[in-house]
Amino acid sequence: MAGNRDSKSLLNGTLSRRAALKGFGAAAGLALAPGYVRYAQAQSSAPIKIGFQAHRTGIGAAYGRWYEKTTTAAVKAINDAGGIGGRPIEIVVEDDGTDPKRGAEVVGKFATQHKTDIVYGTLFSHVVIGSAPTAGELKIPYYVVSEGHHVASTKLNRYVFQPGITDVKSQIQAMAPWVASNVGKKVTMIFPDFAFGHDHRDYLPPALKAQGAEVIAQIAIPPTESSFTKYFPQIPAETEVIYHVMVGPAVLTFVKELGEFYGSNRPQLFGFIDSLEAVDINSPGLEFLDGSHFWEGSPRYAQENDSEAQKAYRAAVGIDDNGAAVGDPKDVSTAAHMFGCWETLYVIKKAMEDAGYKGPEDRAKLVEATEALTKFDEGPEHPQGDKIFNGKIHQCFGHQNISKVEGGKLKVVHRTSIEEGLYEPEGDYTTMPL
Amino acid sequence: MAFFPHLLLATLEGLVTSAVLALTALGLSLVFGVMRVVNVAHGEFFMLGAVLAWAITTALGGHPAIGFLLALVVSPLIVGTVALVAERLVLRRLNYNPEATIVATIGMLYIIQQAALTLYGPDARPVEPPFSYRILLPWFGYSGYKLSIVAASILLLLATWFVLTRTKIGLIMRATQYDRETAQAFGIPVDRVYAGVFALGAMLAAVAAVLVVPISQAHYLMGLDPLLLSFIVVIIGGLGSLRGTVVAAVLIGLSDGIISVFFSPTLAKMIATLLVALVLVFRPQGLFGTAAR
Repeated sequence: MAGNRDSKSLLNGTLSRRAALKGFGAAAGLALAPGYVRYAQAQSSAPIKIGFQAHRTGIGAAYGRWYEKTTTAAVKAINDAGGIGGRPIEIVVEDDGTDPKRGAEVVGKFATQHKTDIVYGTLFSHVVIGSAPTAGELKIPYYVVSEGHHVASTKLNRYVFQPGITDVKSQIQAMAPWVASNVGKKVTMIFPDFAFGHDHRDYLPPALKAQGAEVIAQIAIPPTESSFTKYFPQIPAETEVIYHVMVGPAVLTFVKELGEFYGSNRPQLFGFIDSLEAVDINSPGLEFLDGSHFWEGSPRYAQENDSEAQKAYRAAVGIDDNGAAVGDPKDVSTAAHMFGCWETLYVIKKAMEDAGYKGPEDRAKLVEATEALTKFDEGPEHPQGDKIFNGKIHQCFGHQNISKVEGGKLKVVHRTSIEEGLYEPEGDYTTMPL
Repeated sequence: MAFFPHLLLATLEGLVTSAVLALTALGLSLVFGVMRVVNVAHGEFFMLGAVLAWAITTALGGHPAIGFLLALVVSPLIVGTVALVAERLVLRRLNYNPEATIVATIGMLYIIQQAALTLYGPDARPVEPPFSYRILLPWFGYSGYKLSIVAASILLLLATWFVLTRTKIGLIMRATQYDRETAQAFGIPVDRVYAGVFALGAMLAAVAAVLVVPISQAHYLMGLDPLLLSFIVVIIGGLGSLRGTVVAAVLIGLSDGIISVFFSPTLAKMIATLLVALVLVFRPQGLFGTAAR
């Protein structure tokens, strides 16, 4: 085999290495040049630049797409109403590939290359955890819409905030009483084997125990898994409730295989809608979900008692009564989470205006102004509902919805109070140096 | 769950994995056996097959079975054409140099993957199975479609075996594999055989992907796992050996199914990798491979 090695190699073509390098150099120069001339005008009218760390590719892509749509809609609404302190918002999007390592690089790129005022918008918890140290080192405020408990755990740093969506620990604590008294007492959990899933693994058992129910089995599934039937035999026969929360591109397969495995003769199901975000609940093979319950941050389907603010928000983002894109019923949104983008941007606006934010030199003031916030009232800026904010742990607390699948739709059957989700703070970011 | 149904489920799951794996790995093994090219882009041909299946079934509409059957024919043909073009434009110009082709196929991997990302998007999209019959066993339900994958795979493997051992094309391919120079001296158009084999290898991956896509989903990153598993199978079975590939695929598939169900999927992957290491140390040519001449 070694005998037929040929002298023809990759570099002997018509293009010489020097010519190729020249070409790359010229292209790089062209790409960089415009950055220096834009917005050289007075700072007062220059836009506020928000770096949007988006999951455009990788396992979070479906969320990323809708986070971007919601962000665009919210920015348009804010800018149409005069922007932040009279300055418009400009969103700079960078794809992090739903990858923690890339996430940290993206935060660095925002701070040093794009020179954005803040960084915002991350969902997947492992990306948040991977990116937060960079935000702390570069002292750039980092507003995430992640749902994980990592921000509130005070294990990250003073520059990381989660003001737009309640964390998992609080969600679980608020819903546990309802699950224990209405669905069943012997619970088997199925969750993804990474930070977000571990929040569920760690906080559900104590929350259920306080209600006289118990977790009898915990099944961790790697987040990149594509086939699930092989995990189902681990579900104990005496299980009354399967508590499922899955993420990633294979969620539809997961739910379908659960249906094939059990058919209509199934235990009760209580799931986080994460298991079906961006998936039509009327997809073939999902009929067995009828009568099961889901957590929803904000309801996917329009409800009878929707507030005017909720209606206006849905119209602005462009989702119809079934939570799908207007004009494309197959493009189902991630409604349960993406409201957090809308609300977070309004929190940023409020905090920047409170701080009299002028530019990156005021970042510390912005952090303190965000920490000083205490509550957000329900309304056009907070269409999901009112919330309280704990500046010590940088986390907001809102209402949670429990919805039942009925006639191919999700109908909200219970809404928790904010108080049910409150817990003792585990630390205090405000004592950390800025 | 009691021991017997537990084992039954594990075996069924393992058989489905084996069936898909055997087809995918066979493509990889064939390309290596005949051309001595390690095709790192093989998983992307798999992914391309699945993505095209989605595109075809979506474009066609109507009963899912019609779209699926069409995809089963058209998708491998398109993938085969892509492979043929890649072979003509890239591999042939490198004179099938083993080192250069590895680098070139890594390049192809990224080009195909990024093209899929650009044109198809980052979402996972479902393809409806041609029929959705749920086999009701006393202990659990099982997808009838999954069992039909096993049957389809066996048929395709038999067909490949028949072509390789009972037809003139197969004879020519085996002659080329056995000794390239002598084959050329006897008037075999080695060049065209290479092109055909490369396309055939990619088509086998694409067929496997079309079969599997109704039970998983089409996604631009789905090529990685089949590639790694195919390499494991091909190394254990012996590069270029059809029998070895099939035996190793069944071995890996079943052990993956059974170990995953009884213990954990991570352990199954660990054992498969360990097996590769052991084979490489004690029998580098693979279980059924012949020692390099």
